[in-house]
Amino acid sequence: MQTFDLEAQGLRELNSTLHAQVDETNQTSWEITNPKGSHAIAVGLDAPIEVNIKGSTGYYCGGMNKQATINVSGSAGPGTAENMMSGKIVIDGDASQYAGATGHGGLLVIKGNASSRCGISMKGINIVVHGNIGHMSAFMAQSGNLVVCGDAGDALGDSCYEARLFVRGSVKSLGADCEEKEMRPEHIKILKELLAEADSDAKPEEFKRYGSARNLYNFDVDNATAY
Amino acid sequence: MCGIVGLFLKDKKLEPKLGMMLSEMLVTMTDRGPDSAGIAIYGNDENNTGKITVQSDTPSEDFKGLEKEINALTGIKVSIRTKSTHAVLEMETASIPAVRKALKQIRPSLRIMSAGDTIEIYKEVGLPKDVAARFDVSSMSGTHGIGHTRMATESAVTTMGAHPFSTGNDQCLVHNGSLSNHNSLRRKLRREGVHIETENDTEVGAAYLTYKMQQGSSLGEALESSLEDLDGFFTFLVGTKDGFGVVRDPIACKPAVMAETDQYVAFGSEYRALVNLPGIEEARVWEPEPATVYFWTH
Repeated sequence: MQTFDLEAQGLRELNSTLHAQVDETNQTSWEITNPKGSHAIAVGLDAPIEVNIKGSTGYYCGGMNKQATINVSGSAGPGTAENMMSGKIVIDGDASQYAGATGHGGLLVIKGNASSRCGISMKGINIVVHGNIGHMSAFMAQSGNLVVCGDAGDALGDSCYEARLFVRGSVKSLGADCEEKEMRPEHIKILKELLAEADSDAKPEEFKRYGSARNLYNFDVDNATAY
Repeated sequence: MCGIVGLFLKDKKLEPKLGMMLSEMLVTMTDRGPDSAGIAIYGNDENNTGKITVQSDTPSEDFKGLEKEINALTGIKVSIRTKSTHAVLEMETASIPAVRKALKQIRPSLRIMSAGDTIEIYKEVGLPKDVAARFDVSSMSGTHGIGHTRMATESAVTTMGAHPFSTGNDQCLVHNGSLSNHNSLRRKLRREGVHIETENDTEVGAAYLTYKMQQGSSLGEALESSLEDLDGFFTFLVGTKDGFGVVRDPIACKPAVMAETDQYVAFGSEYRALVNLPGIEEARVWEPEPATVYFWTH
């Protein structure tokens, strides 16, 4: 295992060292100490390595991640796992606003709560939150799955497209064009796999599914005077 | 952007270190807004005197013999402590209005930063580390304090555009965000006789809270009503003689992190600002909810 002291060695050194790791690297396990809320830790990785961050991170941790597995033992700042492509990111604590925003793939697990705008404009990423999520989550979400074991805040799934939103607890309010949907066997199957991968013991049957009512997909002539 | 920090001490043993802890927190936030910085410190109210903090662009001329001139004009006994471009005048609390009036007459160019029993505000254009060093903030003790580092958006980069803003005795406000209805609200408040010095949006926010409290609201109630009457983005941190309060607008784009232990309550725009506080690893750390008023008092 390689250990990297962020405070002593600096962010540029860290990210360029991690970027230098390729598919065949034999340095597959990294531990980062003293993150102290720094921005952009382990951003833009593209190798099947494991990065364990000991502490809390600031803005954009794990952004644009491909292949790598990143664990944060504390909490994470805004924009965590933003635009993730593949791989897995696990936050042991809470995540600040817009976690997993615009993500195309991979799995983001938040073991605590996520703040507002979780999964905003998600494009294929899977996000599992063990706790609650804040307002405007999954705004304009396009595809992928957002699983919330706790409660969701105001305006869940506002103007969303084809993302699936699963919530076990209460939903404070649904956003425009978001509605509760039927839970079919294929959804139970997806949930079961995601919950297992995210280390959650929640039962798939306890969740409700929400998604787009598809009323905003086409222009409605009755609304012509509104513009 | 802009960076905000705040520290409210529960443990009296930390009071001598307040200035040091707060200025370290503020310096960490430098890259959120490097154009100007300011700090409000609430000192210990031991000798029951009141204070007025004033600022001058020509301190050596303006502050020389000022206390004697005030005394000659009003008969009020005033002592003066000079710190770079700022000076703290101390007198009996009841004499504050008379001294303010005298200052207007003797030194109309002096800017009043704050007035009250315990508050002192220091702010200038420049980096937080330079501003903190200039006023020797690290050596200051106190019960609580707030700080701000600014990235100007709504008005010019000047001393008076820097935060904190104080429009009432022992009250001050720092702000991250921008208010969009500050012009109409400024006109409204001025019609009500509220004195607003600058074209800055945050000063209107501070004046609004002061006005509400003059009308009989508690600080908590004033903050609640700000959610109705202020339009725009804001994370506010408000100081009073007894404590501080936090409120975020309902959209809550502007970041905020809080930490609480048995020794203190701390606020930072980012967790980075809090990492060197004692016992932070065991502290309860959370983000204040949108449109929710939080308040701590001694």
